[in-house]
Amino acid sequence: MTYQLTHLDALESEAIHVIREVVAEFERPGLLFSGGKDSAVLLHLATKACWPQAVPFPVLHVDTGHNFPEVLAFRDRRVAELGVRLLVASVQEAIDRGEVTEDRSPGGTRNRLQTHSLLRAIEEHRFDAVFGGGRRDEEKARAKERVFSFRDEFGQWDPRGQRPELWNLYNGRHHPREHFRVFPLSNWTELDVWQYIEREQLDLPSIYYAHQRAVFRRDGLLLAVGPHSQPREDAPDEEVVVATVRYRTVGDATCTAAVESTASTPAEVIAETAVARVSERGATRADDRFSEAAMEDRKREGYF
Amino acid sequence: MELLRLATAGSVDDGKSTLIGRLLYDSKQVYEDQLESVERTSLARGDAYVDLALLTDGLRAEREQGITIDVAYRYFATPRRKFIVADTPGHTQHTRNMVTGCSTADLVVVLVDARNGITEQTRRHAFIASLLRIPHLVVCVNKMDLVGYSRERFDEIRQEFEGFATRLEIADLTFVPISALNGDNVVDRSGEMPWYQGTSLLHHLEDVHIASDRNLIDLRFPVQRVVRPRSEAHHDFRGYAGQVAGGVLAVGDEVLVLPSGFTTTVSSIETADGPLEEAFPPMSVIVRLADELDISRGDMICHPRNRPAIGQDISAMVCWMTDAPLAVGAKLAVKHTTRWARALVREIHYRLDVNTLHSDPSVEELRLNDIGRIDMRTTSPLFYDEYRRNRTTGSLILVDETTDATVAAGMILHPGS
Ligand SMILES: Nc1nc2c(ncn2[C@@H]2O[C@H](COP(=O)(O)OP(=O)(O)OP(=O)(O)O)[C@@H](O)[C@H]2O)c(=O)[nH]1
Ligand SMILES: [Mg+2]
Repeated sequence: MTYQLTHLDALESEAIHVIREVVAEFERPGLLFSGGKDSAVLLHLATKACWPQAVPFPVLHVDTGHNFPEVLAFRDRRVAELGVRLLVASVQEAIDRGEVTEDRSPGGTRNRLQTHSLLRAIEEHRFDAVFGGGRRDEEKARAKERVFSFRDEFGQWDPRGQRPELWNLYNGRHHPREHFRVFPLSNWTELDVWQYIEREQLDLPSIYYAHQRAVFRRDGLLLAVGPHSQPREDAPDEEVVVATVRYRTVGDATCTAAVESTASTPAEVIAETAVARVSERGATRADDRFSEAAMEDRKREGYF
Repeated sequence: MELLRLATAGSVDDGKSTLIGRLLYDSKQVYEDQLESVERTSLARGDAYVDLALLTDGLRAEREQGITIDVAYRYFATPRRKFIVADTPGHTQHTRNMVTGCSTADLVVVLVDARNGITEQTRRHAFIASLLRIPHLVVCVNKMDLVGYSRERFDEIRQEFEGFATRLEIADLTFVPISALNGDNVVDRSGEMPWYQGTSLLHHLEDVHIASDRNLIDLRFPVQRVVRPRSEAHHDFRGYAGQVAGGVLAVGDEVLVLPSGFTTTVSSIETADGPLEEAFPPMSVIVRLADELDISRGDMICHPRNRPAIGQDISAMVCWMTDAPLAVGAKLAVKHTTRWARALVREIHYRLDVNTLHSDPSVEELRLNDIGRIDMRTTSPLFYDEYRRNRTTGSLILVDETTDATVAAGMILHPGS
């Protein structure tokens, strides 16, 4: 017996430890569940951490109203299977109530508007800890964030004033109205996530695997033709073609792009991920492109 | 595949972030779009070459100032190992973030600028690394390109460091001459330094033996949660969730529970994936015991003939991490394993001068980034080991009860040492 854990087992154990610390120390946790692969892994880890009890806390979907139907179907299926309570924070309702204004310029998305709905839901449900599926390998600002990430009463992240985070001694103490975002997948990479999906045989929305789809190209990204994104009439280069694609991430349907791929199983996705030359966000997210520090700025305001 | 956690250390501008960038780049783990973004930023800033440090310096303020402020975590893998890299800041003002990045490291890479040699900050970081008991330390003498790849210069720095290191406890010390900027001896052996007989840094990182660094002797299982599902399917289930902090726990073991002092046997070790015969660090499991005992979060399960120390009078080396100084009489919250208590600081024995390693007993307080030895009294007993014996049961954090900020990292010393 070598008493050695594989890297996946070590990452899983770390995540379970983190989730259990939150369950033990916080009064009202919630878990962000978008129906994407990271949140699917996160929810799976939560079921393991809570086993043999059911997951006692609700899951929260911040819904931009621009969804892939496969993802919504998956979300509802998982929630029903696990018997967890689903809360939906709707960006559309916030727009209808006049709390936020939609950016109607070309290329405008509802991405940033999610922060408002997220913070409002945290306040409404009085969450003191919110699990997120964020990974440090996703983006350079995320690479700086603590596992237990403090948010002040405005929901803001202060990247220059983070609490030291030593060993696995997490400090979740806070005053009323402050809260924590907790990232059990902090140390996971895209490849780890897929290897884990394969090992655990996790169900995912079908759009994570290769399928035929009508797409057009904009700014180098492959966007699906659908109710939320259409090629511009005045842009002749946005020609619609049917391609074999899959999604590497799933977010707001207006700004999440597909990648060309024939990978139809986790093993095939792993093989592609291992040799990918463009990062997950770079290949798929229009929202990070407009500024060097787009993510940092959004996170300061309280984004995921 | 095995996971190795490594951290960088060293003075400001010695090339830590550049080295990590180089390591990622030369091992082909940088995506094209990330590289393009770094190139754009470098160009816009007027750099003469692409600054690979931008791969880890991700905050706006860091990019503006060209320094690292907080730890960045990066990930890469070779066919042999997976690496979690904590790139830490060299600036004295940000030492607490360096400690954060190093607290969980298996290995630390200390960079030294070949032109400047060993500085106070090199010594401070090497000292902190030894205090944190990072078992493996690699000194990379960097910017060899700026000293004509001189063997004499390398040997000089090496000797000076070795002289200093004899007064530290470093289990495994290695030296590599590199140029992070040009990639010499980072991933591949360099043609510029034929006199250097050792391996490249990456090769060393892949090879270094870390399996025996863990304590597999003293069983320590801090109880994280009591698991009592109130459901039909698991009516009589009662278990204790936690992460093994030391030793090996096996079904059938006779165990002692602290603080109650009762002994019982392990009836099963459970996980969501089914029962196990044994559990070892850092596995997260649920332990079930033959007898129904009064056990709660913060209790400790161990073997009857191998107990941790139990006590309310704790002596520790602390690294002070906040602007307001620590003085005798301070009341703080303390977190140790899964237990919170309150602590009264009864004595500050001394502050360590990181340059000379002399202790200065005349100080009345510890200031930001000071390291010193204190005694405290806790409101309830802690079940602890000396930090040198177990990094999990020997570590604690101190928290300000008003601001809730983490204000110190503590490494527990042997009772009476
Ligand atoms: N000539 C030369 N320059 C180098 C080398 N390594 C790093 N540099 C330069 O040294 C400067 C500082 O490098 P960084 O990597 O930012 O230093 P650092 O140690 O991360 O600094 P902090 O994180 O702020 O403590 C940059 O201008 C680098 O390009 C090297 O091997 N040779
Ligand atoms: Mg740096």
